[in-house]
Amino acid sequence: MSEPLLSTDRLVKRFGGLLATDNVTIDVRPGEIHALIGPNGAGKTTLVGQLTGNLTPDSGTIHFAGRDVTRLPADARVRLGLGRSFQITSVLREFSALENVALAMQAHDGHSFRFLADVRKNTARTDAARRGLAAVGLEPRATAAAAALSHGEQRQLEIAMALAGAPKLLLLDEPMAGMGAEESQRMVELLRGLKRQCGMLLIEHDMDAVFALADRITVLVYGRVLASGAPDAIRADPEVRQAYLGEETG
Amino acid sequence: MEYLLIQVLNGVQLGLLMFLLAAGLTLTFGIMDLVNLAHGSLYMMGAYIAWTFVTWTDSFVLGALLALPATFALGMAVEAVVMRRLYARDHLDQVLATFGLILFFNELVRVLWGPAGKSIAVPPFLSRTIEILPGVPYPAYRFALIVVGAVVAILLAWLVARTRLGMLIRAGASNRRMIAALGVNIELLFSLVFGLGAVFAGLAGLMAAPISSVKIGMGDDILILAFVIIVIGGIGSIKGAFVAAMLVGQIDIVGRAFLPDLLKTVMPPASASAAAPAISQVLVYILMAGVLVWRPTGLFGQRA
Amino acid sequence: MKPGTIVAAALLIILAALPLLTQAFDQRYLLSVGTRIVIWSIAAVSLNMILGYGGLVSFGHAAFFGIGGYAVGILSAEGIQSGWVQWPVALGASILWAALVGALSLRTRGVYFIMITLAFAQLVYYLASGLAGYGGDDGLNISRSRFSGLIDLRDKATFYWLCFALLCATLWFCGRLANSRFGYVLRGAKSNELRMMALGFPVFRYRLVACIIAGAFGGLAGILLANEGAYVSPAMMSWVKSGDLIVIVVLGGIGTLFGPLYGAIAFFALEEMLKPLLDLVHKGWGEYWQIVFGPLLVLVALYARGGMASLLKARG
Repeated sequence: MSEPLLSTDRLVKRFGGLLATDNVTIDVRPGEIHALIGPNGAGKTTLVGQLTGNLTPDSGTIHFAGRDVTRLPADARVRLGLGRSFQITSVLREFSALENVALAMQAHDGHSFRFLADVRKNTARTDAARRGLAAVGLEPRATAAAAALSHGEQRQLEIAMALAGAPKLLLLDEPMAGMGAEESQRMVELLRGLKRQCGMLLIEHDMDAVFALADRITVLVYGRVLASGAPDAIRADPEVRQAYLGEETG
Repeated sequence: MEYLLIQVLNGVQLGLLMFLLAAGLTLTFGIMDLVNLAHGSLYMMGAYIAWTFVTWTDSFVLGALLALPATFALGMAVEAVVMRRLYARDHLDQVLATFGLILFFNELVRVLWGPAGKSIAVPPFLSRTIEILPGVPYPAYRFALIVVGAVVAILLAWLVARTRLGMLIRAGASNRRMIAALGVNIELLFSLVFGLGAVFAGLAGLMAAPISSVKIGMGDDILILAFVIIVIGGIGSIKGAFVAAMLVGQIDIVGRAFLPDLLKTVMPPASASAAAPAISQVLVYILMAGVLVWRPTGLFGQRA
Repeated sequence: MKPGTIVAAALLIILAALPLLTQAFDQRYLLSVGTRIVIWSIAAVSLNMILGYGGLVSFGHAAFFGIGGYAVGILSAEGIQSGWVQWPVALGASILWAALVGALSLRTRGVYFIMITLAFAQLVYYLASGLAGYGGDDGLNISRSRFSGLIDLRDKATFYWLCFALLCATLWFCGRLANSRFGYVLRGAKSNELRMMALGFPVFRYRLVACIIAGAFGGLAGILLANEGAYVSPAMMSWVKSGDLIVIVVLGGIGTLFGPLYGAIAFFALEEMLKPLLDLVHKGWGEYWQIVFGPLLVLVALYARGGMASLLKARG
């Protein structure tokens, strides 16, 4: 078994009296899709925040690609190869789809303190961005402003942006949120195709998608890991069933 | 020791005056998310309107009582004509439009009242001194300012903390969508709050008139100070505005009073007395920069 | 060519020929108005770099007028007249100030940013008015910088052409900047700061560098302004001047290359035109031109988003 790409060790985060992350220890291995599920308020968003570097844990550690990144700022983690998509679609609305990807690639391509050369004349940059769009099936929409894309297309664009730096790991925060059945299906296909390129931590409410994609599933409830294992084992776990039933009846 | 007490009182008096100005500003800022540079113009208009009424009635109190509703009406009119269209805009548009209003009002005053400044005399029954401590005299008018300022501050605190309007104001400052959800007539609420802010600004202007002077642009510099105060206090927070106004009042007055002597120990007397007022102003801005570096949303602020 | 390009080119040609035109028509006064327009344009272009492309509403840009100006003024008062010393010192001081203010202000957002930049500018304003040794509130008369043997700044036309050449250089740099890797990062951060950070851009650093660049060009405008009037005073960095600069940028078209130039021309032309126009309506009213100009700004803010540059674009 290979070394995990991302691992946390007894991560703790408190908000006032609320224990939002309670000694969470999880890991993601290369080429694996690890799904993180749990009812609303289980602490998924807080955990993602700590993994990306937007929140600092109160205790515990995060290792990524063989380094301790617990105190590393968000942008530095991205440059180490931690790509992410957002729960709420976040693209550069005024820029074209192509420019969105080109900028995402630029972030990984050395510093940007270059003041005079015109990027629009840089064909290598444009071609690379075009390939990035093609990988998620958005190439026909390259020149459209991101704001003009449909919701599903914006989600695809997000994935293309997250893939721009050839990340080792993708952190996908509810990529199917707000999507219709058909769009979701397309996203599942897209993610399955990307599995060879990088590992993924998938946070998702759409259980069909989760069970279709995940190699392992971890269930988070009240900030704690309730269960973790193969999809079949999770499906059969009585505690998990109760936690989910509990949410539905309460 | 007595000198210090008097200077501290002067600081309190300036602080309360600044608080009146800052209160309206922080409310419109907190609730409507409106950067209103023209708030200082309402301060100036309050003073000029008061001058007209005081001259007409030959009574300070009567003139002041007439000037307040007039300033309220002016505030409501400005709100209806311009401000209402600015709430949904970004801050840059608001800065531009209200900057235009400042130019307009400064010029309007020049047209209506002429370029020369006006002065309002201290009302006779207050043009004496009172003994605040045995053997320590203090001008009665300034003392009256402190009393009025304190009463208005308490009234405002009560209004915000205890009444339905205040509840809406607090709700609005922390979450604008919530007041919409409560089914409140937002347009009316905004107009009222703006009018209220205008009255406070006008009151500050007319009360300041007898101790400074009524002149064009009188609201501009003091407006910047009021902005500094609400930023230090945290935008939308009445409590913050009060604390910050008191701090700024003390720094300004005490700085002016004691810096010259302090500076004279390190530089020639003439330079020291020239530099002292400037430095006490500088201290205020350093305080603000320090607070923002330490807490980027002010002492009592929540939103960025 | 696009109509915007034609208008900009025509304007630059007229500006280049201005000293000849004012001499031919014997309108010397217009040359000094022209000089001021050109200098203010440099400052407005520099403000537009952070305001227009970066989305950072700085309300303290006039501080650079003062810092650039006072660096020249103080050195001049101390007997150092050489531009070779004055100008680098002034630019260095502007860069240092921009770095300091930027590093502290960029921690804040939105209104707090507007106000903290304003506060820092006020700080310089009051510091300058406290400099009793250098004129205090009244300011300081200076002589123009000397570049011995190279160029004589006392000649009005020569000085104008120098300012104009520097404006062209500023415009050229800003145009390149806007479409460079750096410019795209800056504009991306205006569009969606969090996204840019999530992409891996240390946004703070890029913005800080943008502030420093803008500050350097702002300082340059200050150097020129001090030389133009042979005079520096705290008034050149009052907050109203910072407001005027914002007005110019927005009036002309925020985030466009030539917008600040259009804005500066319109700003000064309006003043020069509104006065006689109002006098025409009624003798003596010209003095009160701001009573028209103020509401005009309100209308621009409410109804003319995109400024003059967008009018040209809409026609094309």
